[in-house]
Amino acid sequence: HVTNDANQRALSKEWQKSDIIARMQDEKSGIPIRTVKSFLTKIPSVFSGSEIVQWMIKNLDIEDQVEALHLGTLMAAHGYFFPISDHVLTLKDDGTFYRFQTPYFWPSNCWEPENTDYAVYLCKRTMQNKARLELADYEAESLARLQRAFARKWEFIFMQAEAQAKVDKKRDKIERKILDSQERAFWDVHRPVPGCVNTTEVDIKKSSRMKNPHKTRKVVGVLLPFLLRSRLITMKHRREQTGLLFLAVIVNRHRLKMSKVAESLLAYTEQYVEYDPFLTPPDPSNPWISDDTTLWELEASKEPGQQRVKRWAFGIDEVFKDPVGREQFLKFLESEFSSENLRFWLAVQELKKRPIREVPTRVQEIWQEFLAPGAPSAINVDSKSYAKTTQNVKDPGRYAFEDAQEHIYKLMKSDSYSRFIRSSAYQELLQAKKKVQNTKSFPSLFTPSCSDKYSTGGRADVVLLRYL
Amino acid sequence: MFYLDFLIVILCFKPFRCRSLPAQRKYMRSPLIPEMATQEVQLNETLAHLKTESETLKSKLEEERAKLHDVELHQVAEKVEGLGQFVMKTRRTLKGHGNKVLCMDWCKDKRRIVSSSQDGKVIVWDAFTTNKEHAVTMPCTWVMACAYAPSGCAVACGGLDNKCSVYPLSLDKNENLAAKKKSVAMHTNYLSACSFTNSDMQILTSSGDGTCALWDVESGQLLQSFHGHAADVLCLDLAPSETGNTFVSGGCDKKANVWDMRSGQCIQSFETHESDINSVRYYPSGDAFASGSDDATCRLYDLRADREVAIYSKESIIFGVSSVDFSLSGRLLFGGYNDYTINVWDVLKGTRVSILFGHENRVSTLRVSPDGTAFSTGSWDHTLRVCDDCYFFIGIKYNQNLCTFNFTPCAPDKPPLSLTATHLPKYSNLKKHIYRST
Repeated sequence: HVTNDANQRALSKEWQKSDIIARMQDEKSGIPIRTVKSFLTKIPSVFSGSEIVQWMIKNLDIEDQVEALHLGTLMAAHGYFFPISDHVLTLKDDGTFYRFQTPYFWPSNCWEPENTDYAVYLCKRTMQNKARLELADYEAESLARLQRAFARKWEFIFMQAEAQAKVDKKRDKIERKILDSQERAFWDVHRPVPGCVNTTEVDIKKSSRMKNPHKTRKVVGVLLPFLLRSRLITMKHRREQTGLLFLAVIVNRHRLKMSKVAESLLAYTEQYVEYDPFLTPPDPSNPWISDDTTLWELEASKEPGQQRVKRWAFGIDEVFKDPVGREQFLKFLESEFSSENLRFWLAVQELKKRPIREVPTRVQEIWQEFLAPGAPSAINVDSKSYAKTTQNVKDPGRYAFEDAQEHIYKLMKSDSYSRFIRSSAYQELLQAKKKVQNTKSFPSLFTPSCSDKYSTGGRADVVLLRYL
Repeated sequence: MFYLDFLIVILCFKPFRCRSLPAQRKYMRSPLIPEMATQEVQLNETLAHLKTESETLKSKLEEERAKLHDVELHQVAEKVEGLGQFVMKTRRTLKGHGNKVLCMDWCKDKRRIVSSSQDGKVIVWDAFTTNKEHAVTMPCTWVMACAYAPSGCAVACGGLDNKCSVYPLSLDKNENLAAKKKSVAMHTNYLSACSFTNSDMQILTSSGDGTCALWDVESGQLLQSFHGHAADVLCLDLAPSETGNTFVSGGCDKKANVWDMRSGQCIQSFETHESDINSVRYYPSGDAFASGSDDATCRLYDLRADREVAIYSKESIIFGVSSVDFSLSGRLLFGGYNDYTINVWDVLKGTRVSILFGHENRVSTLRVSPDGTAFSTGSWDHTLRVCDDCYFFIGIKYNQNLCTFNFTPCAPDKPPLSLTATHLPKYSNLKKHIYRST
C-alpha cells in the first residue's frame, strides 16, 4: 500500500503556508538571516530575494525561477515576509532585502483590523520624526479621509497614538526597527497600495461561516429548558439513524477492483484521444487559434464527417447524443419496421423535459400510442414492467415509464444497435469521402490518428510537438 | 433545518433572560424533574450508542473499499505514453465586468458565454468576437451562480438573494431583460451553484442552506429536494449520460455526495478531502468525477470502485482550488486556483503538464467548452479569458555538425526554427523518435 495518502493527510494543507514559512525559518535548513552593515547603521534580521528563490528551488518541488517568483510574491502579498523598503509586496530575484513577519501579524490568525486601528497607526507615524518614516502619498490621503470620518473621536485616537509612540520610544533601537517594519508590512497587507491586490478579501461563502460558528453549535446544557434539549437530542437521533441506514446500505454495495477500473479509464481516454482538441488538433483547424469557424459549420451540417460517424460505434449512448446519429438510427429501424422502440424511448426522454403541467397529458398520449391494448406503435415490454407502468399511468408523474424505458433501452442496446453498426447504411457513411478542406486552414503533414502518435513505430521524422 | 433549531432556541431563550435565576431554580425543583432527568440521560446514552455504531460501520466501509485496492492508477498508467510539456495561451480576454467575476457557463453553440460578478451584473458574451450581447443587473450583489439553458434561449443566475432566477434572452437588444425575469428556486441561504438538466424546463440548485433541489422552471414548483450535507453545499455537476439520473455535489462538510434525482436519496458518499470542496466535475464517461478543494488538492473518485483513485497535488501548490474541469477525452484535468494560476494535470499519471499564469487575482471559475476546443476562466481581476493549447506539426532534421534540431513549421506564416538540444522540452522523448528514423 502506498503511504503517500497518509502523508498527504498528515500535512493538513490548511496550514501549508505556515509549514513552508516554518521550514524557511528553520535554523539549520532554512534561509540564513543576517544583520547587514550599511553606512552608519545596521540592518537587522534580513535575507535577500535571490536567497528566497534559491531556497524554494532547492527545497520545494519547484522547477524554475518563474514559479518561485510567483509563489514568493503571493506569500509576500499575504504578509508572511516583506521587502523592508517597499510598500508594494512582491518578490524580486536580486539583492533586495526581506524580513519575516512576526506570527502575531500572520493572516492565518484571521484578525481583521478596524479603520480606527489604521487611524491610530497613521497618527502615530506622524509623531515619529525620522524623514524616512514619512507617510507616502496614499497614506497621507487615507489619514486625511480618516480624520474627516472620525472627527468626533479624533482626540481619543490621538491619545492612543501618543500612548503607543511612548511605549515604542522605550524599546531597544534594533528591536524597534524590526517591529516598525513588521507593523508597516501588516498594514501593507490590510490597506494595500492603490492598484495592488488586497489579499485579505474573502469569498463571501467562506466569510459568512467564519462569522457564524453556530453551524457547529453545541447545546448549552444548564440554561436551556429540558423540553427543548430533548427535542434537539431527538433530532440528532434521527440524523444519526439516517446516517446509519445509509452506511448499512452502502457497506455491502458491489465494487470493482482498482485494476479493472484503471484499465477502463485508460481505455476510455485512449478511445477519445483523437476527439480531444487539446491532444489532437481538430480538422480543419481549431477556431480559437485560426479564427476560422469552418469546424463549427461542418459540425452543424446535416452530413456527418467520417470521424463523427466512427464515434457512433463506441456505444449506443454516442448515437443518442448526436442528433444526426439518432436520425440515422431511426431511419435504419424504420427499414426494419421496428422504429417504435426508438420512438418510444425518445418520447419518454422528451416527457421528462417538459414542464410538470404538461406531464399528465403527455403520459396519456404515450400510453395510447405505444402501450395501450391496440396501440398503433405497440412495443414489447416484459410483463413485470407492463404491470408497473399500468399502475403508474393512473397517477402519472415524470417517471411513469421508467421501467418500460429501461427494458426498451436494454433491448435496443443488445439487439438493434449492433445490427445498425453492421448495416450497409452505416458502413457507407463511414467510408464517405472527407469534406474538401478550406484553403485557409493549416495544411497538415499527415492525417492525425492516435495510434501514430502513441505507438513506438510511427513516422519518426514527423512529431507532434507542443511549443510556443 | 438549522435555522429552525436556532429560532426555537431564541424563542425559548428570551423569556428566561428576563427572569432572575431563583425563578429558574424554582422550575427545576418541580416534582416532574426526576423522571425528565432520567429520560434525558437515557436519550444521551442511546445517542452515544448510535454514534459508536456509526463509527464501526465507517471503519467496516473503509475495510471493504481497501480490499479491492490492488493497484494505483498511476502504476497502471505507466504503460501510457507521456504527454510532454504543454504551453497554453490566452486566445481571448473578455473585459467588461466592474468587479470580481464569480461564475461562468458555456452555451451549447460552443462560442457564447454567460458570466456573473460581485457587482450584480450578468453578461452574455459572444466569446469568439468578444462582443457583449446581453447584460442584466441583478437586485443583489455576489451573483455566485449562473448557467446557460441547453436551447441557448435563456440564462439562470442567483446568489445572495437566495433565489435562482431565469431570464429569457431576447433577440431585440433594446428589450429590458429584467422585465421578463422568472423566479424559480427559493432557498434559505445563498445560492452557490445552478445547472439546467438536459432541458430548459428544469433547474438543479445547491445552496448555503445545506441542500440541493430540483425545480420546474415554468411553475417554480419544487420537484425534489436532496438532504444529507451537514454544511453549505458549494457545487454540483450533472452526470453526462443520456439515461442517467444522477448528479454529484460537494460541500463545506468535506463530503462529495452522489444523488439519485428520482428518489432524492444519496447513493454514494466520499469524504477524503481535508477542507471545503469548491468544485466537482464528472469525468466524460460518467464513471468517475474530480473535485477541487481548499486543501490545495484535486482528487479523482471512481464510482465503480467506490473510492478515491488519485490525488493531484504538489508541495509548492498551497492555495485552494476554486474550480475544475476535464478535457474531452478525460486525459487532462484543468484546475483554477486561488494563487491566480491554472494548473493542468495528466489525469492518468498524476503529474502536472502545464501551469498558466496571466490572471492578476484568484481564478474563481473554469469551464471547458462543449466541444473541448478551449477552456474559459473567470477571475477576481474582473476579466474572463479563453485559453488554448499551442501546437503545430513539425518536420525535424537533426544537424549532426551543429547539434541542432531544425523545425519546419506547417503553418505558412510561421518562421523556421533552429534549436539546440538543451532548449527542447522533453528532449528524451524526441530522441527516441529521431533514433528510430535512422
